[in-house]
Amino acid sequence: MAEKQLLKGNYAIAEAAVKAGCECYFGYPITPQTEIGEYLSGRMHELGRGYVCAESELAAINMVIGATSTGAKAMTSSSSCAVALMQEGLSYACADELPVVLVNVMRAGPGLGYIYPAQGDYFQAVYGGGNGDYKLTVLAPSTVQECIDLTYRAFYLAQKYRNPTMVLADGLLGQMMEPASFGEYPYPEIDNSSWALTGAKGREGRAIYSCARDEDAQNNHIRHLFQKYDLIAKEETDWEEMNTEDADIIIVAFGSMGRNIKATMRELRAKGLKVGILRPITLSPFPSNRLNELADKCKQFIVVEMNMGQMIKDVKLAVNGKAKVDLINRPVGQWLSVEEIADGVQKILNKEVAYASI
Amino acid sequence: MQVFSLPKSMKENCKYTFCPGCDHGIAVRLVAELLDELNLKGKTILAASIGCSVFLYDFLDVDAIEAPHGRAMAEATGVKRARPDKFVFTYQGDGDFASIGLAESTHAAIRAENLTGICINNTTYGMTGGQLGPTTLIGQKTTTSPMGRFKDTYGYPIKIAEHIALCEGTAFSARVALDTVAHINQAKKALRKAFQVQLDGLGYGFVEILSTCPTNWKMTPDEAHERVKNEMIPVFPLGIFKDVTEG
Repeated sequence: MAEKQLLKGNYAIAEAAVKAGCECYFGYPITPQTEIGEYLSGRMHELGRGYVCAESELAAINMVIGATSTGAKAMTSSSSCAVALMQEGLSYACADELPVVLVNVMRAGPGLGYIYPAQGDYFQAVYGGGNGDYKLTVLAPSTVQECIDLTYRAFYLAQKYRNPTMVLADGLLGQMMEPASFGEYPYPEIDNSSWALTGAKGREGRAIYSCARDEDAQNNHIRHLFQKYDLIAKEETDWEEMNTEDADIIIVAFGSMGRNIKATMRELRAKGLKVGILRPITLSPFPSNRLNELADKCKQFIVVEMNMGQMIKDVKLAVNGKAKVDLINRPVGQWLSVEEIADGVQKILNKEVAYASI
Repeated sequence: MQVFSLPKSMKENCKYTFCPGCDHGIAVRLVAELLDELNLKGKTILAASIGCSVFLYDFLDVDAIEAPHGRAMAEATGVKRARPDKFVFTYQGDGDFASIGLAESTHAAIRAENLTGICINNTTYGMTGGQLGPTTLIGQKTTTSPMGRFKDTYGYPIKIAEHIALCEGTAFSARVALDTVAHINQAKKALRKAFQVQLDGLGYGFVEILSTCPTNWKMTPDEAHERVKNEMIPVFPLGIFKDVTEG
């Protein structure tokens, strides 16, 4: 076990990218993730790797596309309203099956919003803002240690499945400090020699593109992508759950909101309520099957999120009417406290509110 | 006896999707000849573009990545930073390079990226059927300027080669035409220089190529070349606007 250090989330992500073998970073400043680009500007230079202060997020994501098309590990990082600018590129990168790694340290929206934390980009990340049928792989850390672990995993999954992979963190996680350790990058390297652009030396030129004049070819390509997404769902869906075996109530939250629900669970258990928690670690693929299984036994799901109710829609789809699903939320800002969540749970149980928007 | 043959850097069964009389075909051939002559095929990565040049990877036998509209220079930057030993170039229309992609095109020059940019200027959006573009001439009628380009409401055409020449990171910037054999020879010479500055690590090499669009201009190929001579060259003068290899 490597030694723990007191680390800020953004620095943890940045150094984890270095240790994962990221060869190029391209980015544009935006709070609350700017430390990632600041840190990497020096670090990548020191290591003789690629770094560009891009002229925009449009340029940054396309630089990552260019770099990954050569088989290089590359990433960008940004936040919410600026990740919105990258949606075109993400659609292309999915269609072109490029191992793009993108970190979104969420801030408040819509529009410019502000720099306080929020989780309003769940839809943007999971359902995307780009055109056409595609899916990103989306990983949601809840601790600084997971910022490291899931950055490692993002590089691995992006390479393994040739699919853009997003680490969806938030301003709280990006800015907070916690003890964490890097360890070594734990995954094997993936051979990309069958597709990477290296120059057509001794072979025919190969082109990476999504434009298909042939309708059948386009249909087949999209079906191929979705077979891949099914495989990712089968192999890589991940979540954390506690005390679900005997639970009447399961609280569901992702990212740093997944922290307070554990303390809430303990508090409510102390009062005699049978409460468990489930925290999706992969948001795409979503742990739908597990939620559906749990819905056979428990009566009530309560989704806690810092938005107007986005992940709750996936929970409802997964539960499929087998149990009640309610929401405790606040759109932006001060994170929901243990007291607020516990109070919201009591109100929902007392049927005082249909859903407990705080 | 000399037999006409395709450059080796062109695909054998290459079928152009360009309209008859369009200068794209000449420009692509010049690029392929230079890839052969400079022995670059095995180390080239092309960032393709959107527009009439979208299927360039079907014509040139090199490694290529498609780029969203306007983003070719950003992608090329990513390719080059990841693989500095490769020869990386873009081939874009005026709309792709100088309208939707002006920021990417300009900043690559400002950063002195060792890249080569080729921009086909035909004063219109050809693939979508002849709309007003960034280089449409004053007075020119298009499907979105049916009464002609008035400067009061549409503004002025951009002079791309001069604009790129102003960037400190640009090593070479020229404007050429393909309306005469002499001009075609000059164009090849300029392209060679724009390739060479990249190979020598001197910075950004750029060539703007004045080109015809007989279909959307509603002209015969000969009339279209007359228009290049009589209407385009007076507004977009041919020449070298920057060359760091010359004193």
